[in-house]
Amino acid sequence: MTARHELAVIGAGPAGLAAAATAAELGLKVALFDDQPAPGGQIYRGVERTPLADPAVLGDDYRRGADLAEAFRASGAAYHPSCGVWLLTPERELGLLDNGQARFVTAGRVIIAGGAMERPVPFPGWTLPGVMTAGAGQILLKSAGMVPGKGVVLAGTGPLLLLLAAQYLRAGVQIAALLDMTPPSNALRALPHLPAALSAFGTLAKGLALKREIHRAGVRVVKGVTSLRALGEARLEAVAYEAGGREQRLDSELLLVHFGVIPESNTTRSLGIRHLWDSRQLCWRPVADAWGNTGAEGFAVAGDGAGIGGALAAEYAGRLAALEAARALGRIDAAERDRSAAPVRAALAKERRVRPFLDVLFQPAPELISQLADDTVVCRCEEVTAGQIREAVGQGCTGPNQLKSFTRCGMGPCQGRQCGTTVSQLIGHTLGRPVEEIGAYRIRPPLKPIGLTQLAALDGEGEAAA
Amino acid sequence: MNLDAVVVGGGLHGCSAALQLALRKLRCLVIEKDTVGRHASGVNAGGVRRLDRDPAEIPLSVAAMEMWWAIAELVGDDCGFRLSGQIKIAQNETELAVLEERARLVRSLGYEHEEPVGANELFRLVPALSRHCVGGLVAREDGFAQPYQTTKAFRDKAASLGVRFLEGTRVLGVERKAGDWIAETDRGRFAAPVLVNCAGGWGDAIAAATGDPVPFEVVAPMMMVSARLPPFLTPVVGAAGRKLSFKQMDNGTVVIGGGHFGGADAEAGTTSLDFRALAESARTVAELFPIMRGASIVRCWAGLEGFVADGLPVIGPGTGEPGIYHAFGFSTHGFQLGPAVGRIVADLVTRGESDLPIEPFRIDRFAKPPSAVPHPSAGSG
Ligand SMILES: Cc1cc2nc3c(=O)[nH]c(=O)nc-3n(C[C@H](O)[C@H](O)[C@H](O)COP(=O)(O)OP(=O)(O)OC[C@H]3O[C@@H](n4cnc5c(N)ncnc54)[C@H](O)[C@@H]3O)c2cc1C
Ligand SMILES: Cc1cc2nc3c(=O)[nH]c(=O)nc-3n(C[C@H](O)[C@H](O)[C@H](O)COP(=O)(O)OP(=O)(O)OC[C@H]3O[C@@H](n4cnc5c(N)ncnc54)[C@H](O)[C@@H]3O)c2cc1C
Repeated sequence: MTARHELAVIGAGPAGLAAAATAAELGLKVALFDDQPAPGGQIYRGVERTPLADPAVLGDDYRRGADLAEAFRASGAAYHPSCGVWLLTPERELGLLDNGQARFVTAGRVIIAGGAMERPVPFPGWTLPGVMTAGAGQILLKSAGMVPGKGVVLAGTGPLLLLLAAQYLRAGVQIAALLDMTPPSNALRALPHLPAALSAFGTLAKGLALKREIHRAGVRVVKGVTSLRALGEARLEAVAYEAGGREQRLDSELLLVHFGVIPESNTTRSLGIRHLWDSRQLCWRPVADAWGNTGAEGFAVAGDGAGIGGALAAEYAGRLAALEAARALGRIDAAERDRSAAPVRAALAKERRVRPFLDVLFQPAPELISQLADDTVVCRCEEVTAGQIREAVGQGCTGPNQLKSFTRCGMGPCQGRQCGTTVSQLIGHTLGRPVEEIGAYRIRPPLKPIGLTQLAALDGEGEAAA
Repeated sequence: MNLDAVVVGGGLHGCSAALQLALRKLRCLVIEKDTVGRHASGVNAGGVRRLDRDPAEIPLSVAAMEMWWAIAELVGDDCGFRLSGQIKIAQNETELAVLEERARLVRSLGYEHEEPVGANELFRLVPALSRHCVGGLVAREDGFAQPYQTTKAFRDKAASLGVRFLEGTRVLGVERKAGDWIAETDRGRFAAPVLVNCAGGWGDAIAAATGDPVPFEVVAPMMMVSARLPPFLTPVVGAAGRKLSFKQMDNGTVVIGGGHFGGADAEAGTTSLDFRALAESARTVAELFPIMRGASIVRCWAGLEGFVADGLPVIGPGTGEPGIYHAFGFSTHGFQLGPAVGRIVADLVTRGESDLPIEPFRIDRFAKPPSAVPHPSAGSG
């Protein structure tokens, strides 16, 4: 028999941990599936046992994660670590790869709390060894306590870039330069959103404190950077860029880039849930109501996977989705749900007030996509360049799915995660049409590659319900 | 605009028919509800196979093969065609005996392309094959091609000869009035003396509306593709006792199909995957190709295909009003036939006959007392 759970939660970040704990405390039989070996998600990765001798390297926020993980452990929700979800069907069947073993489970309701991914932005040389996303660098720091030996160059835009710089400094890593690619005009455009953001004074203060910390450490911060290029034959040798109207060059063996985070929408799109193009966050996000309910019956979304809001917002959204699940499954009535939700909703609203300001302040330059050089690779898996995409559009290709047929773009092992957002924007830009109209890749399972032998061992017989 | 023919459906068959009509100087319009090559023609396994065809299809398949060998001369693009050979393997003596019997049948019909081979030649051709296999049936000059590239090449060639393509336009109904066929669409009406039904998995609707219902089902053959592997395989491999179509592409990825069906929703134009069936497919591959045990599957998909009750397509004129011609329901193996069927349709339109035997594909063949009606299964590829 395939195991059946009342509520399945996907993801053990703040959204998933809060959702699972809240729902279990309300008496639901909950199973949480997460592809990582320990709870925490992105921000609180390895929170139960950080390998760093001094947890202060990662900052105070980390402790909130420890509390969340503890509450989750105590809640009675069944926890399935190292368990990736590679299939979701409208009938709420989940295909799992549970410690390497493929199996199916079904659920009465599902909360998808799969979080965000770093926004992939192609630039010349971005596929060279020695070029990494800042998040990948951070994972090394958080999970292995590993720090790169020589000085690193950080480039891009977004609050995480500052956070990472500070974390590196605290861990004793030398930062050769921080190349700030935030368009200088963003500040003025963000200004109207500042008053609303001020209510989230803590978040802003943290950002300023990070800036001060980086400044005091004497890190060379270059503003208004454009035309970033990674140079090298077999691996990164130097970073080139323009600043102040001049061409510059820095020798380096490690370049960490970051352009903000976007929802990981392959999972939600695989269910045919409608997605909107968020023109402020420049990404797709699933359409959902105030409880996270989507158009797919019984599926809710919570956390950064539903639109970037940060760790606290994710936690609150997880709680709201859990309250709604408890109502839908008959544990509480609507009145009780609403009563319990009221303080959470207020906290969430407050947390969200800072977003418009941050979103505009750190919005990546539109030229990163519109001015992509023709010979820059966009799809890393199939090695499709911006020029080939423009050429396909010239031949009548009108959208990402047709582009697959024209060029194989998006058909490699990453399932279009790395090129999807760029492709939608690039086609829109080339045709002079809004991204919303261009659409996104249709997503087919497996959501992540699955071993042929693992698939072969799948017989549809799961364990008894947890 | 004066039209000589309206073609419903921008799959390979619609594009091929339009191309051949244009070569015969007819003015054509192709109406496609989605985009050209969006369905079976753009997403199939690309098998270009005469091997193991139903005897009724052999003459067409052989004629099509001659066109494939020179495909660039027809459409100005090589369509990614590879003369890889196709092979059907036997895992035991019983299966081998069936294949040998099959080879005798094909020879008795006057064709030479199917050749039985023993274990030595089998492992020479397919070194990666598990050693328990005993022999096979080979068509050395069969191959495979790139389905979307092919369909687009036919479309582009037809367009260069003046064929107009109207995409995103659905034919809602057809009727004959004052010597013309009128195709009613969501973007207006189009009239021409000739109507060609190349609507693939939706072709039965037009046939039924013109008085020629056909026992028909829409199926969704599924495919899987692996991450890139070092080159280990040249021919396309099928299996006698198994549902399998297995090939390695130039880029190293391995494409696996063979007629496991997922869920089909013709009305919505969508498919869903059945992973329990794909697991069976994975088991077949793991048993036959030990090298695949370490491979990972990166993508799965399915396409919508019309399956006629006897597993053969409908090709030929309608039985009622004049001027309507059908070519649909290719029952999971119509890609290879594409180049030839376009020629048949154009010959029927311009000369009233074809030099290929199309009697077995008559649309009214089910109107006669039915013979055995097998359930759709088995071999795409
Ligand atoms: C690389 C990266 C680094 C970040 N670092 C920080 C930081 O240092 N500080 C900060 O404030 N914010 C950081 N963020 C932002 C932060 O991720 C979010 O604000 C917050 O973690 C969102 O929480 P969440 O619960 O929505 O998702 P997450 O915390 O991302 O948790 C989602 C979890 O779901 C799992 N998952 C996803 N898909 C599947 C699947 N199909 N099957 C099984 N499990 C799945 C993921 O592995 C992950 O464990 C970072 C984001 C990224 C992408
Ligand atoms: C996964 C898979 C693998 C396969 N593998 C092989 C193989 O290896 N070798 C082989 O020979 N064959 C194979 N086939 C079969 C082959 O793909 C088909 O037989 C062939 O492509 C059929 O072509 P078609 O033009 O008739 O149909 P289609 O390609 O389906 O084209 C019909 C078109 O008509 C359009 N249409 C329908 N109704 C309307 C309407 N009312 N108005 C406007 N437009 C309309 C549709 O949108 C569609 O684009 C496979 C099929 C599948 C699905």
